[in-house]
Amino acid sequence: MSDFGRLVRAEWTKFRTVRGWVLGTVAAALVTVLLGLFVASNSHSVCSKGTVDVECPTSPVGPDGQPVRDKFYFVHQPLAGDGAITVRVTSMTGLITYPPPDHDEIVPGLVEWAKAGVIVKDGTAEGSRYVALMVTAKHGVRMQHDFVHDTAGKPGAVSADAPRWLRLTRVGDTLTGEESADGASWTSVGTAQLAGTVEIGLFVTSPSDLTVHGGVGGGGFQARLAKATATFDSVGLTGTAPGGDWLRDDIGVEPNPDGTLHHPGSVEEAGGVMTVSGNGDIAPLTGESGPAIQLALIGLVIGLIVVIVVAALFITTELRRGVIGVTLLASPRRGRVLAAKAVVLGAVTFVAGTAAAALVIPLAWAALRSNGFRQPGVPLPTIARVALEAGLLVAGAALLALGLGALLRRGLAAVGIAVAVVVLPYLAAVVGGLPTAASEWLLRLTPAAAFAIQQVTPEYAHVLASYTPGSGYYPLPAWGGLAVMAGYAALALGLASARLRRSDA
Amino acid sequence: MNRVLHAEWTKVRTEPTARWLLPTIVVATVLVSLLAIAAASCEGGGCGLDPVALSLAGVQLGQAVVVMLAVLAIGGEQGTGLLRTTFTAAPRRMVVLAAKAVLTGGLTLAAGTVAVLGCVAAGRAILPGNGNGNGNAAPSLADGPTLRAVVGSVLYLVLIGLLALGVAAAIRDSAAAMGAVLALLYAVPLVAAAINDPELQRTLRRFAPMTAGLAVQATTDLDDLPIGPWAGLAVLAAWSGASLLLGALLLHHRDP
Repeated sequence: MSDFGRLVRAEWTKFRTVRGWVLGTVAAALVTVLLGLFVASNSHSVCSKGTVDVECPTSPVGPDGQPVRDKFYFVHQPLAGDGAITVRVTSMTGLITYPPPDHDEIVPGLVEWAKAGVIVKDGTAEGSRYVALMVTAKHGVRMQHDFVHDTAGKPGAVSADAPRWLRLTRVGDTLTGEESADGASWTSVGTAQLAGTVEIGLFVTSPSDLTVHGGVGGGGFQARLAKATATFDSVGLTGTAPGGDWLRDDIGVEPNPDGTLHHPGSVEEAGGVMTVSGNGDIAPLTGESGPAIQLALIGLVIGLIVVIVVAALFITTELRRGVIGVTLLASPRRGRVLAAKAVVLGAVTFVAGTAAAALVIPLAWAALRSNGFRQPGVPLPTIARVALEAGLLVAGAALLALGLGALLRRGLAAVGIAVAVVVLPYLAAVVGGLPTAASEWLLRLTPAAAFAIQQVTPEYAHVLASYTPGSGYYPLPAWGGLAVMAGYAALALGLASARLRRSDA
Repeated sequence: MNRVLHAEWTKVRTEPTARWLLPTIVVATVLVSLLAIAAASCEGGGCGLDPVALSLAGVQLGQAVVVMLAVLAIGGEQGTGLLRTTFTAAPRRMVVLAAKAVLTGGLTLAAGTVAVLGCVAAGRAILPGNGNGNGNAAPSLADGPTLRAVVGSVLYLVLIGLLALGVAAAIRDSAAAMGAVLALLYAVPLVAAAINDPELQRTLRRFAPMTAGLAVQATTDLDDLPIGPWAGLAVLAAWSGASLLLGALLLHHRDP
């Protein structure tokens, strides 16, 4: 066996024969699992219609399995083969219900991602595939398809003085979107694929008006109904049955308990001019599974404190009792002793963290579902990824505490500092009620950045939402956060190794 | 008692870590309060926050340093076996623990008073300037509830110190005691924020040492508090008393 291999083996023997360290590691995993289960089984989702409690609706699922919002007013005709739709949009107006500061009146206005335009969709089922070309209130012309894909066209809003022409053409399975200011010279916006018999037509929708509060207890936000109305003329349709009638569908509209529709959309047709109103959105749902992962892993935060104590004691016990003198006598190259300890501690805590996370995520998920939450399940690869990264987070925190312990030689100081830089910034950012910007800086600069492993839904530039740490959105990607943690751990271990080499044991 | 107290005082005076922990309590507390106040602009959603509780936010970090000071007061001797020497010199163990409690409490009272007054000064200096005219008033000690919050915060820190001293006497290992107290303090605010059952949330916050104790900092929306300001501090005092009692019993019946 190599020299270093023997050292690692010796450290492993030490670790597994000290009852407190083994029990501490097991306790950390248990705390993680039990707190996660406690929180999940005491969280309930209740949906109501009017004054009646009902089972929460399941959100439709998009082509890639992600939950989506698919609610808009649709005026359409079937299209079997090649074809095209051309329209001119001459106005876009809207209403926002009871916005701040006074929340006492309905005011005219559009939210920034209100959408109106032409769309080709694979049927009228919510969540089905589509390709759309649209004007938006604040983000110019966009071509979007299948909920998550978004391509920008020219900026600028629509008005009677500055109308916008839109054209969506299908040749084979390829759809091409083009825009024009005058209907004569056209600019291509993008292309996308959609096969089979589809519905082709006009649509209007508008997301709710949002106010996001700075991360108070899981990122609070208020949403207010907003409605958009667009006027289309010069509607040209090719490839559909000649003289076909326009079909009207209020996609995704919900019935009220009395049978009427809840905020229905509408279309009015007069002399070739169509005025369409709608509300909703065609977009991926945000913040649906993120907080649930965060909820399931809440115990990890406290489990980390236990791991930090074990890690600090793993080195300071030897340093204080003078046993390290014997250890160093047996292996005079001191840096390697610390490295062997790091290998053993890193491996043990990685396994404990991964196992705890892999256990608690599906269990907490099951508890949440039985309490009325209706998110789709987390795919197995995602659970595996988050669990492995949780293991890395735990190992990183343990190595940081080991480094601090070797550097400061006092378990008390090592534990205090490690908890202060790993756990407290996360608490402040997620439940401390800090403004979002302050929370995000904490989660970029401190080792707590590694908690970014909990984010499983991406942030979409074309969907306005509460993208705060409290709702499961982090300023760094998972690997970036882990790299920040690894950097701090490496710094602490490096300084400790330098000190060990220079000074007496 | 006086002799033991004097001996303990000499230990603290000559312990380098303890010497820099006292200024750290002040710096950590005031620094976090400054950051919280500076971040609480109206654009950041900080309008209408309780100006006094906001100014005193640093206590939430400062308490961690107080815990360290308290654990050091007894854990330092337990780790090295010096406690045996102490008990040989002063065989009445309860007197030793009482002396340590008096000293920890006194030092925390001193550092805590400076820290909390620093927080109030920071609030007075900055808050009126960043409320956009309709937000945050400056805290004033002439105001009854503000004075209660300020005095209460100092007492809060003292009680946290005593709680930590008791745990450290019971657990005997200073690193483990530090971890245990921090987990006890911070776990409940975290868990309570995550669950959405308002009844259970309220119950947890009413009985946990940190959330109950910090109720003393509130000066607005008193009806929304999980527990009254002084009642909350009393809950924390009960925790501290129970912890000291447990520590005393174990110290009495166990070989150091």
